[in-house]
Order: sequence, then structure tokens, then C-alpha cells
Amino acid sequence: MAVTRGFTGRPRPERDPRLPPGQYDAGDDWPVLHVELVPDLPPEAWSFAVDGLVATPRTWTWDEAQALPRSTYSGAIHCVTTWSKLDMTWVGVSVDLLLEQAGGVRPGATHVLVHSHTGYTTNLPLADVTDGQAWLAFEVDGAPLEPIHGGPARLLVPHLYFWKSAKWVSRIEVLDHDQRGYWEDGGYHDRGDPWREQRYHGD
Amino acid sequence: MAPDRSPWFTGTVEAVHVETARAKTFTLRLPEPLGHRAGQHVVLRLTAPDGYSAARSYSVASPPTGEPTIDLTVERLEEGEVSTFLHDVAEPGDELELRGPIGTRFAWDPSDGPALLVGGGSGVVPVMSMLRLARAERRTDLVRLVAAARTPADLLYAAELPGPEVTIAYSRAAGPDGRPAGRLAADDLAPSVAPGQRTFICGSSGFCEAAGRLLVGLGVDAHTITVERFGPTT
Ligand SMILES: Cc1cc2nc3c(=O)[nH]c(=O)nc-3n(C[C@H](O)[C@H](O)[C@H](O)COP(=O)(O)OP(=O)(O)OC[C@H]3O[C@@H](n4cnc5c(N)ncnc54)[C@H](O)[C@@H]3O)c2cc1C
Repeated sequence: MAVTRGFTGRPRPERDPRLPPGQYDAGDDWPVLHVELVPDLPPEAWSFAVDGLVATPRTWTWDEAQALPRSTYSGAIHCVTTWSKLDMTWVGVSVDLLLEQAGGVRPGATHVLVHSHTGYTTNLPLADVTDGQAWLAFEVDGAPLEPIHGGPARLLVPHLYFWKSAKWVSRIEVLDHDQRGYWEDGGYHDRGDPWREQRYHGD
Repeated sequence: MAPDRSPWFTGTVEAVHVETARAKTFTLRLPEPLGHRAGQHVVLRLTAPDGYSAARSYSVASPPTGEPTIDLTVERLEEGEVSTFLHDVAEPGDELELRGPIGTRFAWDPSDGPALLVGGGSGVVPVMSMLRLARAERRTDLVRLVAAARTPADLLYAAELPGPEVTIAYSRAAGPDGRPAGRLAADDLAPSVAPGQRTFICGSSGFCEAAGRLLVGLGVDAHTITVERFGPTT
């Protein structure tokens, strides 16, 4: 990195160790960034599917998804645009459970392509959405997820940059190869680990 | 899979042009043409002597020309880390690190067909690139642009923007055409809506959502609308 003449940046206080490099604490602010209009998704219009390389592809209605057992994530989220939010509490259905209900992944499965009701897509290694690391999230900090933040349900993969946590998620497609989604196709990283600052291809 | 994009490269500030009291355009000379599509952005990275760096996205205001220069138009945000540096410190001869072009869906050229372009505040920047391209290729029949600004003094590219394909709405001042001051309304957009258009909306999150709702109310299919939000919050 070449030093930019005359640039010192904001005063940098003691860094919170929970903040990955290049991130700042947005505090009570929750910035909004998405590439489409907030869709109108009443319960009757909502559905969620797990398909591709699974034993028994399946779809859940809103009521069926609400009836699934839930678990909690407490901790931080990190957006590639450099804000992080600490101490959040999210409630949703573990992706492990959803895959299990679809009969489990078939041999050769390596990646997922996540789809949203708006047409947005994002790709992730299968290993990043299993083992208790990802949820179909319905609630945050004790309230239903607001539409502007992806409600009624978004994917939650808090250990990766937040564009992977697709808002208004509609489908997890299990694949035997990595297929780039919306931002990845536009230059953003295929994995997106904030601790390694994997923001763009080649990072 | 597409090949990986270029890593960081250096742009040299060639000229700084004052657009409005709060916006400046920086012309950067690059090692080679950026190869962008109108509407795409670059990421600009500043690095302090202690290694600290700050990176922000900026839309390319200039259309693709095959020349190794680009224009970025940056609005100065009070307390903003990068925009204040660019406004208060950067000058011709300075070297800035960039990468890009970035973005897939927020991009247009005449072969994509008719487009409705809506920009609020600094959100005019990427749609200006599209308008400039349409004008350069004499395909203004394909584009309609609706720009929103607070007052005439805040309008970006005020000398260049107006034209038969352009509508301008001021929220805090009456327009020269007699339009009273007020937020963008359905009446401002309706004359520019046409069948078969793709729509691009850019601005603060609040502006984008409001403009999108108005267009959906006018019968525009939400799936044909692409949005780029600049502001950190609503
Ligand atoms: C795709 C895209 C294209 C864009 N194109 C343009 C363009 O063409 N022209 C343009 O002017 N802008 C554009 N933007 C916006 C631009 O990227 C920057 O967000 C903008 O210039 C502000 O950056 P800044 O460093 O000056 O402000 P920041 O320092 O990011 O501050 C903005 C706000 O964020 C908060 N903040 C940020 N960092 C901290 C911190 N460390 N501590 C506390 N609060 C903090 C503060 O509330 C502050 O008011 C674009 C954005 C996107 C996403």
C-alpha cells in the first residue's frame, strides 16, 4: 500500500478487538445497502426452498418455517462497506437443520448459491453455512426482522461479510461447484472473511 | 467463472473542478483505460503513514471513451474521512490507489435498450455517465433522466445536464419551469416512463426507496428497477 500524501485519517482510538481490520463500530446505526427495492412479502407470498444436491429438495411455507425449532446467534455482523455492529442477538433456524430436513447434501456438494425473492444471489462454500455457522433468521434484538433489513427472513452468516447474508432469502441451492452471485460477479470476493479482509477478488 | 479482476492501481490527479459549493470533480489519469461500463464504480483507497487505510466507492462520472482518464465527482460530507481529504487536501499531481471497475447490474449502454435514469443529489453521478454515453453515441432517444437536487446551486453538472431528455426537480426551490419546490413526485416521473425501459435509481437510501415506490405506483415492474444506494444510512 502506497502512503497517500497528506492523509492521516480520523483519530484512531484503542481498537475494539471484536472489530476486524478496516471496520468501525456503527453503534446504534444500522446502515441500509441493497440493490433492489424492498419487496412486499406478506406470509402468503413467502416461501423458502432447499434444493440442488440434496436428497429430497423441499419448500417451506411461512407457517411451516415458523414451526421449526430455533436457535440464537449473539455477536457481531460486519459489512464490507466498513461498518460493523456488535452485541446483536439474532434468532432463526439453523441451516444445518434445513439441510437435514431436505435429506442431507448429496456426495460432491461443495458450495451453495443463495437466492433472494428479489433475484439477488450470493455464493458461499458449503462449509461456511454448516456446523452452526448460518441461520434462516426471523428476529433480531427481540423483534421481527424489519423489511428494510431483509425481513421477514434473511440468511445470517455472521462470520462473513454481510452481503453473503442475503436479505429476503428464498432458496439455498446446493452445488458441486462455486457459481458467483451478484456482487461476486461484480468484483467482490467469493468467500468474504472479514478477519482476512477478503473484500474483492484477489484479496 | 470470470477471471479475477485487476488489483489496485494508481490514478494521478490531473485536474480538480469545482461543481458546486459541496461537490468537486477529480479527473484521474490511469495506467490504462478503466474499461468500465457507464454506471459502474471504483474503490478508492487512502493510506496513512502508519499503514491505516480507508476505502470508499465512487461512481465513474465520465462515460467509457477508451481514454486512460476517469472523472469522479465527490460530495463533501462534514466529518467524512475520505470526502474531506479529497476536497481539502488532494491536488493535481497526487497519486491515489484505485481498483475496479466494480458493479454488474447498475450499468448501461445503448445496446441494452431504453432506460429511465433517476438520480438524487450525488446519485446523479452514475446516471450522468449513462447520459453522457447516450449523448456521445447520439442515442438520447433511448434515455430519460430525472434529477433531484435541493436547489439550483446544488445541482451537479448544471451547465451540461439540461436537455429535452432531462427533467429536474428541486426540493427547496422553485424551478425555472415554474415547478414549485417539493420532493420528487409521481408527476415529475410520469412523463419519462415508457414501455420496455430498464430503470436505474441512485441516491441516498431514502431517496431510492421513495423514487422506486413512485415508479411502482405508476405501473413500473419492480423487477426492471436497479437501485444503487450511496448514503450510509436512510
Ligand atoms: C456504489 C457506490 C458508489 C458511490 N458513488 C459516489 C459518488 O459518485 N460520489 C459521492 O460523493 N459518493 C459516492 N458514494 C458514497 C461514498 O462511497 C462515501 O460513502 C462518501 O464519500 C462518504 O465517505 P467519507 O469517507 O467522506 O465519509 P465517512 O467517513 O464514511 O462518513 C460517513 C458517515 O459514516 C459514519 N462513519 C464512517 N466512519 C466512521 C468512524 N470511523 N467512526 C464513526 N462514524 C463513522 C459517520 O456517521 C459519517 O457521517 C458511493 C457509494 C457507493 C456504495
